[in-house]
Amino acid sequence: MLLGTASVGAGIALADAPRVAGPPDDLLKAGTLSPVMPAPELRLHGSDGQPLTLERFRGKVVLLAFGFSNCGEVCPITLATLAGARRKLGADAHDVQVVYVTVDPERDDAAQMRKFLGSFDATFVGGVGSRAEIEVAQKSYGISAVKHTNADGSYSIGHSSSIYLIDRAGGLRAVMPYGHPTDDFVHDLRILLRS
Amino acid sequence: MKPSILRIVSIALVAMLVLALGWAGFAPIHALSREVLFEIPRGTFARRMAGNKVEILPSRIVLTQGVRDVLLLRNLDDVPQVFGPSIMMSGQSLRLPFERAAEYQFACTAHASGQMTIVVEPEPRWPWQKIAYRIREWSENR
Repeated sequence: MLLGTASVGAGIALADAPRVAGPPDDLLKAGTLSPVMPAPELRLHGSDGQPLTLERFRGKVVLLAFGFSNCGEVCPITLATLAGARRKLGADAHDVQVVYVTVDPERDDAAQMRKFLGSFDATFVGGVGSRAEIEVAQKSYGISAVKHTNADGSYSIGHSSSIYLIDRAGGLRAVMPYGHPTDDFVHDLRILLRS
Repeated sequence: MKPSILRIVSIALVAMLVLALGWAGFAPIHALSREVLFEIPRGTFARRMAGNKVEILPSRIVLTQGVRDVLLLRNLDDVPQVFGPSIMMSGQSLRLPFERAAEYQFACTAHASGQMTIVVEPEPRWPWQKIAYRIREWSENR
């Protein structure tokens, strides 16, 4: 009976070969937002000493994420992934800008962010500012940041860890949840750089 | 010797069972769409602000890799909503594909708990997995 079941099933399987079509290759690996709306503007201070706005990087694809320099796990992995993606893009990386906004304005000033980000990629720009300025940026991107104080008085911050993908025209196109590999970013960046 | 009617019926039933199991265990699983749609209705935020406990999305969503592995969320509310990795403006949709089987924890302002779990199960490849998948789909859609 098992043999009969198998042969009947195999026959059906072979006859029924077409499957649900997978996503076309030009679809992003990231979550896509539709309709595309302008990315909320940032009004912060850059770790490079210049005012930090998205307008500054119009014409480039911007990868925007939030974190902090004392982050022990999520931020280093994210930044290493983004740095790896830029390396794999080769010359196209000139049109990709990583912007990393702190969620810890009390400890992260421009110099601290420059040092932290520079250890991954010298082109990365950090966003710093007052607590109020940072909270405006967080709110406009729906970023949560919760402070956890340790027994010794030190603290860590649990924060949203996804990366926003902003196209050359400043449209908020997509969001990549934390944990995607470098190649997924390369895939999506190539699509956004073409568009 | 003439076979009895009971015997003929029994053989027919067994044959039908064999056919059904064969189909359920070996035929490729089709879905009309890989997308699973959820909508955040208009007024969700206002109702929550008025003190109502509003649960418009399940707190646990199960997807199946390779079959139904794309979450499509529409924010029909008047205010932005945060779904896990992203903020969604009013009228905006988020199409979120999942390529890896895992359990994902997301923040979600559309939930009273503020949390949402997406479970992405591996693609059913073996016959018993396909049969289990079809039984679950059937029971959920009954």
